[in-house]
Amino acid sequence: MNNTSIFDIIGPIMVGPSSSHTAGAVRLGLLAQKIYRETPKEIKITLYNSFAKTGKGHGTDKGLVAGLLGLHVDDPKIKYSLEQAETQGIIVNFLYQNDTDRHPNSVDIELTGENKLFVSGNSLGAGEIEVININGFKVTLTGEYHTLVLVYKDQPGMMSLVSKYIQDYNINIASLLCDRKSKGQEAAMTICLDDQIADEALEKMKQLPDMYLVRRIEAIKR
Amino acid sequence: MIKLSTFAEVLEHANNNNKKLFEVFQDQEASLQEKCISFVRSKLAESLDVMHSSIKQGLANKELSPTGIVGDDSNKIIKRYTNKEIKTPFGELYGNIMAYAIATLEENQRMGKVVACPTAGSCGIVPAALIAYSEKFDISQEKQIDALLTAAGIGKIISFKVALAGAIAGCQAECGVASTMAAGALTELMGGDNEKILNAAALALKNVLGLTCDPVAGLVEVPCIKRNGFSAIHSATASEMALAGIKSAIPLDEVVDAMKQAGILMSPLLKECSEAGLATTKTGMHITNNLNINK
Repeated sequence: MNNTSIFDIIGPIMVGPSSSHTAGAVRLGLLAQKIYRETPKEIKITLYNSFAKTGKGHGTDKGLVAGLLGLHVDDPKIKYSLEQAETQGIIVNFLYQNDTDRHPNSVDIELTGENKLFVSGNSLGAGEIEVININGFKVTLTGEYHTLVLVYKDQPGMMSLVSKYIQDYNINIASLLCDRKSKGQEAAMTICLDDQIADEALEKMKQLPDMYLVRRIEAIKR
Repeated sequence: MIKLSTFAEVLEHANNNNKKLFEVFQDQEASLQEKCISFVRSKLAESLDVMHSSIKQGLANKELSPTGIVGDDSNKIIKRYTNKEIKTPFGELYGNIMAYAIATLEENQRMGKVVACPTAGSCGIVPAALIAYSEKFDISQEKQIDALLTAAGIGKIISFKVALAGAIAGCQAECGVASTMAAGALTELMGGDNEKILNAAALALKNVLGLTCDPVAGLVEVPCIKRNGFSAIHSATASEMALAGIKSAIPLDEVVDAMKQAGILMSPLLKECSEAGLATTKTGMHITNNLNINK
C-alpha cells in the first residue's frame, strides 16, 4: 500500500468521461494495436455487459478505435477516432452482447488485414486493463510490462531454451504463463519482462525449430 | 521510506520534524519515484496546467454532451455572477467555484482533456476550489502546488483503507473524497496549520457519509456534473469552519473508518450499477429509454 503514488490520486491526465469506460478502452485498443502492429483493413468490436450498455455514452467505442489507431489516453483526437478510421478507409463494426460469464467491462477485438488477430480483454477500473486472450490462447497482458508472446509446437524443453536467451541478456522475468490447445499441438507463452529485450534475442528465438510466432509488445505509458 | 499509513502518523511525523503536511507527502513521493522533489512538483505543475485548460475549455465550449442532456450549465452561473444588476448572497468567488467545477465536468463529458482527481467523475472539485481561490487571492503557483500536494496526500491516505471508486463505496469515495481533499487544500492555501487542515478534511468527509452512486443511464452526467459544483462549495465551507477554529469531534482516521463501513453496508444496487436510486426513478428511466444511444 505504500506503493501508492500521489499521481494515482491526481491523475491520470486523460480524455473523459470515464477512467474505466474511456481511458481503459483506449488502452485496450492500444495494446491490441501493439500486438497486431499492422494497420487493419477491418475492425470488428464486440462489447459486453456494461461496456455494451453504457459504452456509447462513455465514448467506449471511440476510445477503442482511438487506441487501435495508436492514440494515447490524453489525446483530444480520441473524440474523432471513428471519423479518422473512415478517412483511412478502415471498416469498423460494433456488436453488443450480454454475457454474465464475462467481466462487466469486456471486449473482443477482431482485426483483419494482411493477417488476422483476435484479442479479448477487460477494463478493470481506474484505467487498469488486461488482455486475456490472443488468437484463442490464454494470456495475461496488462501493458505495464515489456512482454513477449510466443506461439510454438508444444514439446519438452521449449521453456528452458527461451528462458536461456532471456538470461543471456541479464533480463529478469516478472511473470510467465503457458497455454496449449492440446498436447503436441500449438502452444503459447506470455513472458513479462522488467526490461526491453534486444532484437538479436528475438531473432534467435525466431530461429528455434517449431517456433511459429515471436512478438515483442512494448509497455504502454500510463 | 518511513511507513505512514494513517493521518495520526502523518501528523505526528510532520509536527515532530517541524514540517507542513505537504512537505511530508512530497518527500514520500520523491522517495517512491526515486526522483528529486522538483520532479514531483513539476509533474504537479503539468496537472495544474491541464486543470486550468479544462476549466477554460469547459466555459468556452457550449456544445452539449453526446447524449444531449447536459453541457451548458456552467455559463449560466458565470452570467448570473457577472451581472452587476443581480444581488447574490455571496461574492464572485462563490459563483466561480460552482462554475469552474461544473465546467470541468462538462468538458469531461464532451470527451475533453481532464485530470482524474481522484476519479474522472469527481475531477472538477479540487481544481475549481483551488483555482477560484488562487485567482481571488492572487496565490502563486508554488503555493498552489503545496495545496495540490496536500489534497493528493489526503486522498492517498484514505485510499489505503477504501478504494476510491463508486463501485466500491458509492459516491462518498468519489465526490466525497474529492471534497475532503479540496477542504484540506484550501486550508493549506489560506495558511491553516496541520491540525486545521486535517480538521477541515474530517468535517468535509463527515458530511458526505452514505452518499450513493446512482447515475442515470450509468453515465457521468446526472447527478455527477452538478454534484461537483455542490462538492466544491462544500469543501470551502469545511475549510472556513476549520480556519475559524472549529474542530471535528471525530478524528479524520475514524471518519474514514465510518466511511468504509457505510460503503460496505450500502446496497450494491446503489454502487455505480444504476439499478436503484436516481437511475430508476420514473424520469431517470424515461431519460435512459429515450437516449437510444445503444441498440
